[in-house]
Amino acid sequence: MCLAVPGKILSISGEGPYARLGKVSFGGVVRDVNLSCVPDAVVGNYVIVHVGMALNVLDESEAREVFDALRELGIEGLEAV
Amino acid sequence: MKYLEEYRNPAAAKALTEAILKKATRRWTVMEVCGGQTHSILKYGIDALLEGCIELVHGPGCPVCVTAAELIDKAVEIAGRPGAMLCSFGDMLRVPGNHGDLLRAKAAGGDVRVVYSPSDAVKLARDHPGRDVVFFAVGFETTAPAHALAVLEAERLDLRNFSILCSLVNVVPAMEAVLASPGSRVRGFLAPGHVTAVIGCQPYVPLTEKYHAPIVVTGFEPMDILQGILMLTAQLEEGRADVEIAYRRAVTPEGNPKALEMMAGVFRVVDRSWRGLGILPMSGLGLNSGYAAFDAEERFGRAALGEATPTVCIAGRVLQGLAKPPDCPAFGTLCTPEHPLGAPMVSTEGACAAYFHYRRREVERHGC
Repeated sequence: MCLAVPGKILSISGEGPYARLGKVSFGGVVRDVNLSCVPDAVVGNYVIVHVGMALNVLDESEAREVFDALRELGIEGLEAV
Repeated sequence: MKYLEEYRNPAAAKALTEAILKKATRRWTVMEVCGGQTHSILKYGIDALLEGCIELVHGPGCPVCVTAAELIDKAVEIAGRPGAMLCSFGDMLRVPGNHGDLLRAKAAGGDVRVVYSPSDAVKLARDHPGRDVVFFAVGFETTAPAHALAVLEAERLDLRNFSILCSLVNVVPAMEAVLASPGSRVRGFLAPGHVTAVIGCQPYVPLTEKYHAPIVVTGFEPMDILQGILMLTAQLEEGRADVEIAYRRAVTPEGNPKALEMMAGVFRVVDRSWRGLGILPMSGLGLNSGYAAFDAEERFGRAALGEATPTVCIAGRVLQGLAKPPDCPAFGTLCTPEHPLGAPMVSTEGACAAYFHYRRREVERHGC
């Protein structure tokens, strides 16, 4: 139930208090997503989406945290592009 | 897909596993709260990789599983009313109540529909003004903002034919119930990443202080889970009990202020009956008085909460982490995903379904 999937914002329309809507691509599958809870999200951002609602913008710099932790363990060269 | 596949790197998972095995000086028992994490753990065999040093017990974080049977009975009753249209997420249809399930209600002629989001049900209400559209609202705080949004949309459209049958729950009271249980062996938690994306870290702090149990917020991919276990093991070994995040790409310590504001406007905290755990005080969300017109129980009568029908199913003990699915005499025989006795065998997040899909052969071969 709490599964949420990362997707890329392709376009944004509507700016009412609860009507900030966007087209979001999930690996090529495009769906309408409500962006009201991510007012700072812009086209090109990745958002984490649950039942049609974006819960947060994915932080690109933090996305590398686990690879940084691995480097501290002395393991290099695993970071994905 | 970006932000998913890179966290399934086998070499990185191996390195994290070795780091955990090196860090642990004794076998620690920890609970992953969320059913989505349970499925990842069993699918990727993380429990088996760490068997010597970490015991993972599976938590109550499956909203479908903890929805009271009496509320399912109420949904079935509403679905049978002339003119009603009962909508919910797909998992809810086969969950047994005390008197049948929604799939059977549909087979008997009830208009039961599966939708992707609560807003889809609002659209159905708008498009079918002559029908009473009821959304069966289940979920933790991850799902609550989408429900709040649906109610706000229905209010904006002035829809008089939309309501929700509300079974929304909060995760922290369930974690406290686990820690407070006399039989509990849980020493720390992997907390659910997407709930925390909404509520932030602060609600967990009282648990760490009162029970001295460390909490690490984790994601759902194997590397996220292993990183969370590594951080939790470090805390346990050092005698610390802090709230930490191992899923910072999606979770911030403060949560999502907009989502919390929306929830606070529509819902209030209420006592909630949890299947298998009983009534937990202040553990759920109900519509606040300003939105009572959208409360299906105000329109169609309250669910009659009472004793659940006795059954061989041990779902209650499984949901509290006191037993594992193969301990149940009905597992895989009387109870299967096709013919479930208990909700954890139905849901894609249920622990019994996870063992059925990923461990049935081992259970058959070796017993429990």
